Amino acid sequence: MNLTLKIWRQKDANTKGKIVDYPISDVSPDMSFLEMLDVLNEQLVAKGEEPVEFDHDCREGICGTCSLQINGEPHGPDRGVTTCQLHMRMFKDGDTIFIEPFRANAFPVVKDLIVDRSAFDRIQQAGGYISVNTSGNTIDANSIPVNKHDADKSFDAATCIGCGACVAACKNASAMLFTSAKVSQFALLPQGQVEATDRVMNMVRQMDLEGFGNCTNTGACEIECPKGISLENIARMNREYLKASVK
Amino acid sequence: MATLESRIPQGPLADKWTNHKNHINLVNPANKRNIDVIVVGTGLAGGSAAATLAELGYNVKTFCYQDSPRRAHSIAAQGGINAAKNYQGDGDSTYRLFYDTVKGGDYRAREANVYRLSEVSANIIDQCVAQGVPFAREYGGLLDNRSFGGVLVSRTFYAKGQTGQQLLLGAYAAMNRQINRGKIESFNRHEMLDIVIVDGKARGIIARNMVTGEIERHSAHAVVVASGGYGNVFFLSTNAMGSNVTASWKIHKKGAYFANPCFTQIHPTCIPVSGDHQSKLTLMSESLRNDGRIWVPRKKEDVIAIREGKLKPVDLAEEDRDYYLERRYPSFGNLVPRDVASRAAKERCDAGFGVNATGEAVFLDFSSAIMRYGREQAAIHGNHNPSDKEVRELGEKVVENKYGNLFQMYEKIVDENPYKTPMKIYPAVHYTMGGIWVDYNLMTTIEGCYAIGEANFSDHGANRLGASALMQGLADGYFVLPYTIGDYLSKDIRTGKIPTDTPEFDEAEKNVRNQIDALINNNGTNSVDHYHKKLGKIMWDKCGMARNEQGLKEALEEIKALREDFYKNVRVTGSAESKNSELEKALRVADFLELGELFAKDALHRNESCGGHFREEYQTEEGEALRDDENFKYVAAWEYKGDPREAVLHKEDLEYKNIELKTRSYK
Ligand SMILES: Cc1cc2nc3c(=O)[nH]c(=O)nc-3n(C[C@H](O)[C@H](O)[C@H](O)COP(=O)(O)OP(=O)(O)OC[C@H]3O[C@@H](n4cnc5c(N)ncnc54)[C@H](O)[C@@H]3O)c2cc1C
Ligand code: SF4
Ligand code: FES
Repeated sequence: MNLTLKIWRQKDANTKGKIVDYPISDVSPDMSFLEMLDVLNEQLVAKGEEPVEFDHDCREGICGTCSLQINGEPHGPDRGVTTCQLHMRMFKDGDTIFIEPFRANAFPVVKDLIVDRSAFDRIQQAGGYISVNTSGNTIDANSIPVNKHDADKSFDAATCIGCGACVAACKNASAMLFTSAKVSQFALLPQGQVEATDRVMNMVRQMDLEGFGNCTNTGACEIECPKGISLENIARMNREYLKASVK
Repeated sequence: MATLESRIPQGPLADKWTNHKNHINLVNPANKRNIDVIVVGTGLAGGSAAATLAELGYNVKTFCYQDSPRRAHSIAAQGGINAAKNYQGDGDSTYRLFYDTVKGGDYRAREANVYRLSEVSANIIDQCVAQGVPFAREYGGLLDNRSFGGVLVSRTFYAKGQTGQQLLLGAYAAMNRQINRGKIESFNRHEMLDIVIVDGKARGIIARNMVTGEIERHSAHAVVVASGGYGNVFFLSTNAMGSNVTASWKIHKKGAYFANPCFTQIHPTCIPVSGDHQSKLTLMSESLRNDGRIWVPRKKEDVIAIREGKLKPVDLAEEDRDYYLERRYPSFGNLVPRDVASRAAKERCDAGFGVNATGEAVFLDFSSAIMRYGREQAAIHGNHNPSDKEVRELGEKVVENKYGNLFQMYEKIVDENPYKTPMKIYPAVHYTMGGIWVDYNLMTTIEGCYAIGEANFSDHGANRLGASALMQGLADGYFVLPYTIGDYLSKDIRTGKIPTDTPEFDEAEKNVRNQIDALINNNGTNSVDHYHKKLGKIMWDKCGMARNEQGLKEALEEIKALREDFYKNVRVTGSAESKNSELEKALRVADFLELGELFAKDALHRNESCGGHFREEYQTEEGEALRDDENFKYVAAWEYKGDPREAVLHKEDLEYKNIELKTRSYK
């Protein structure tokens, strides 16, 4: 396939960026999107130009490092995948593809297509844990039975990879889906109950402090989430928040 | 020269760890506040260690090259984590886990370490459940288990195919709690490029801020290296793209011995290579072998028809299929250990039975399992006369529940539906059992420098059984290192802060700057990946699943030549003062180009076959690994002497007092 790539180039956080055109040929449909960018970068290096910086690591859809707004959609046109799992067979010969960083005030651009998502870490630090010592002096695991249904739901929420696609998809750049996934994981387990009030209050406060927008229930986040994190979690977080606020 | 003293405590095996803990020097909580510890790497090993050290009261600084600790490579582990809980009542025990691990490792691991690992394994599960790790549960609310290669009990705890993710998020959460309390300072997008040694003791590191390019000095009373494995020396592996050997290699160059570098695990169930553009390989969890059966056609003409797409695998009659693992190893069948399964796949493909275009793939087939589960479900639902279609649908549901995300991943990459047609798989480089040599306390041959998790030469011997790396990482980080490091640090309570404006720091920083300048200003013509791919090809062809003397000797020469060419002709674009992934790669590949040579040297000197190390000259008539316990029952620990080929061998003899050495048989 021959394609035209329109890629956002930006030197650093303080420099203005712009779209630059790059033609690319001989793209195989079996390549992943990132492998296609690797090929482009090899060509740029051969010409002595700086390659396009983009974030990636595991390349199997689990670390949440890769990002990219592709033709206006976080992680591109395929559903339920991250950019590293997106394959070129989703595109046609002759296509023009826009490649930009995830856009949100709380995610400043670091360089080219890389953004800073450390706001997510700070939300977690505000309360996304159970305060148990790591000494190993814990009770036997099977003495905390968990209903299978709850365990499965908790697991589903816990599979959020912290990629930020939900924020990039949302017109308000809200981080509700991410935060609610974390809150839900613990809210559904008996171990998480003790600190439930503080946890939800602190995490929501930090989320607001970071400059994420409000949730207006448009649901774009759920559609773009590569891990199928459900809006149900936002409802659960709202309930938890309400419960905590009246305490 | 440092001495190779394993410091294994005296006394009976089962009491060693308890006795040792009882005699370790403790640091008073008030004094811990005056002690700084650096942890390089925030995977399962580093993350759990950092959280625990901080909780104990030390001041901890963590480093990782990703933008967040949560993204460390441990996140990708799929299958599960072992623990001798015997929840299934199938006869498991600390001793049995110990026995399986020592045997699985082909008797090249330390008894005392493995026993300790088995002992603390049960605790790990308790710890993680308390932290809210959502492991799979049975309907009664208790934890569920499954089985992995090389064992006959179900001792593996799991969270679908995302166990590593859930465990890492647990350790990350524990870290976050300490970050919030101000006890951990976390430096993300920071790469350790050298260690600083003062008076023979590890006292700090030089790190590069990958966003600004700034070279930073960080001091501490001890340095813990938890930087993971070096499988990426092969370029193509199941490791994350950024996984590298730099931190380990840099401490090796400053005095830490590197042990058993040639012990590398090739995982049997990965998605085969599809083309030259491939940037990495994807693992299909070994847990799939619980339900998937591995086969190739019996007849060459069927192989050809399948390759040409004229015959569908599902249409091949049962008697025309060769379930070669079940045939060769009746008692373990598809659940033989990884090295055995990998070699068997290679043997069939080399004999011309590979089922894809490149001839390097075998089938992993779920149809029997789907039908078996389907019939079971139909019966549970009271349908005693189900149609094949109903059975298949019910069965697919069960399989989806167990392995859904893996099947989805396979389909995305290969564009084939594994519920309907068997998966194609082939072995790929996966895990490195070799690594930095450590004593029982996990200290390297540099005083005050520790190595944990995959970065150390570990408890796995020549082969790692499934679900045991996660166990080792967390055991080291939560339960072993936090105790043993206290013994060392107890001597440091009056030392005070370690200054960073000393000649040792100057020197180390200068070296790092020089290396970066040289790479950036090298006006070469070849990209970094060009070298990495070439190195990978040498490694795979000559130091891969099977090695021989001649190939290894060639590899030694070729790697050296490639390294020289790299320094002459590599081109690193961009500047050192900003985010520059080319520079990051160049710094890592430079170290791989040295490690590769030591790897070949180690494989060449070990004139035997064991676990992940298979020398073609040393095999039985049936093609099984032929160990030489008389001459090679030792850990090979290499001392750096200015060039990898000059490395000097030190041997740590292994003693087996509690397990009788036997030929490893899975027949
Ligand atoms: C696909 C896959 C599936 C697996 N499945 C299983 C399984 O089911 N069960 C099992 O037991 N094991 C499994 N393993 C193996 C297991 O995941 C790893 O051995 C284990 O997670 C390694 O953990 P670690 O903490 O030692 O290192 P890692 O998780 O690799 O962490 C390394 C850390 O070091 C940092 N780092 C590296 N170099 C530097 C540097 N120079 N400066 C600063 N920081 C640095 C990184 O940023 C990272 O934080 C699997 C491995 C793979 C590849
Ligand atoms: S909720 Fe989904 S889209 Fe948002 S960070 Fe988590 S995985 Fe990514
Ligand atoms: S690179 Fe890890 S999710 Fe894409």
